Amino acid sequence: MLNFFQLILIYAGIYAVMAIGQNCITGYTGMLSLCHAGFFCIGSYATAIICKTFGLSFWISLPVAAIAAGLVGLLIGIPTLRLKGDYLCIATLGLGEIIRNIATNINPVGYNSIPRATLFGYQFASRNKLAFIILIWAFVLVFYILFQQLAHSRLGRAMIAVREDEVAAQSNGINVTKYKISSFVLGAAVGGIAGCLQTAYTLTVQPGSYTFMVSVMVLCTVVLGGMGNAKAVILGAFIIQFISYLPQLTGLTNVIPAQAKQLIYGLLLVVMMLCRPQGILGRDKYRYGDPRTRMEKFRDFFARPKKKAKGGEV
Amino acid sequence: MAEILKINDISVSYGSIRALSNVSMSVDEGAVVSLIGANGAGKSTLLKAIVGLEPLKNGSISFDGEVIAQTKHHGSLSTDLIARRGIALVPEGRHVFADMTVEENLDMGAFMVRDQELINKRKEEMYEFFPILGARKKQKTRSLSGGEQQMMAIARALMSSPRLLLLDEPGLGLAPLVVQDIFNKIRIINQENKVTVFLVEQNARLALRSSSYGYVLENGKIVLEDKGEALLMNERVQKAYLGA
Repeated sequence: MLNFFQLILIYAGIYAVMAIGQNCITGYTGMLSLCHAGFFCIGSYATAIICKTFGLSFWISLPVAAIAAGLVGLLIGIPTLRLKGDYLCIATLGLGEIIRNIATNINPVGYNSIPRATLFGYQFASRNKLAFIILIWAFVLVFYILFQQLAHSRLGRAMIAVREDEVAAQSNGINVTKYKISSFVLGAAVGGIAGCLQTAYTLTVQPGSYTFMVSVMVLCTVVLGGMGNAKAVILGAFIIQFISYLPQLTGLTNVIPAQAKQLIYGLLLVVMMLCRPQGILGRDKYRYGDPRTRMEKFRDFFARPKKKAKGGEV
Repeated sequence: MAEILKINDISVSYGSIRALSNVSMSVDEGAVVSLIGANGAGKSTLLKAIVGLEPLKNGSISFDGEVIAQTKHHGSLSTDLIARRGIALVPEGRHVFADMTVEENLDMGAFMVRDQELINKRKEEMYEFFPILGARKKQKTRSLSGGEQQMMAIARALMSSPRLLLLDEPGLGLAPLVVQDIFNKIRIINQENKVTVFLVEQNARLALRSSSYGYVLENGKIVLEDKGEALLMNERVQKAYLGA
């Protein structure tokens, strides 16, 4: 049982990283993209090839995975980001499948027994789940902080303006194309890193594990938690992973078929759209131009009750 | 007075439909110039062409002596770069960021300004100029009335302290008293802040009364141009637009 919870924690972490990337694309900039499995795949393969074929360290593969996924995002983003809404969705859906097909054709069986990641002489072995939980959640924390900073920066502000109204954004001097592409590339790079983490844990890479369903799951995670809210997205990752391991957790794998989770995702999305379309936690409060200094923000972050009292006055 | 905006023989088409044909006009620095015309005359298209949202079939548009838009082969500036030159558009239907508060909208308007102190100073000026915005600064823009939203859209455009303010039907769908108020504000912006104003309006009487110069657009062509008051007296304008 403990093993199961640890497994959920690991996968929730990996999906949280991916969802933070998807959130950058869909939540902040408002582009409906369905190819995160593709970026995930690129990251995984980059790690597998670097660690196995070239025999280099996992830590070298991290930036390579991010850059590779980001580059593909850039190449695809330039022609497709002119499309809007459903059209962009279909174009990116196709892209995800193309990446998977290329991966299948390069090496249909994938890669096995990839060397383990090491840190200061410590080897991350798959059976030691606690070490992985720490490693993966450290990444989640880093990306959470980074994207939280981004959301409240000039770049984040431009992305949000693009999401809200492209015409208004342009007439306020915001280069819509530039910010759409940067957001897409950033999201893709983070997706690549999630792939990297997954490979470090499973030590195998198979093209079959990067299907369209993965992209849908990541999108579900973002929608469920709350679009444009990094905290919410992490919560969403937990819930989605919990659901996906529900049959094993309850010991009903014989009764509940594996496909049932797709049914549950679908149901969940419908219910969410009807009852709470903004997601469980909703959108993050927009805080650009906050007069508080960094130190005050830091203090307020820990002094929760005080901050609430302040909010009450306003 | 120097010409700040010069539109030279431009045409714009939507597919095979010509929206503007060979339109030429100019706006003097410091003036209020209005363009009147019926629905579908091509008024909004002209404004979109100025800010680079519609490509030109022929002709060119220059701002402050420099070409900002021309035909495809010659290359035009993108909308955001045109905005950086100092042209602010208040688009038709306002295009406010509805889910943001008034203050956040104004922040967005100051995207090109890097100095936070200057932004705060301008926001204060806006709250003083439009007191209703000051009272509602923490409110979501969605909850504002149409007139308040229009004022906010104008305030947002002014945050970047533009040299030329383009207004697309500022009185659209608003109560007559509110429209009057907005036009008064526009006049003050022009006279005190020295912002050149080019506005497009269906409400011909009000627009021409507050303008120093006016153009009449019909079926994509400029059919008349004269001083604002002279156009008000013009028989053709009176018949077609003033209901006299």
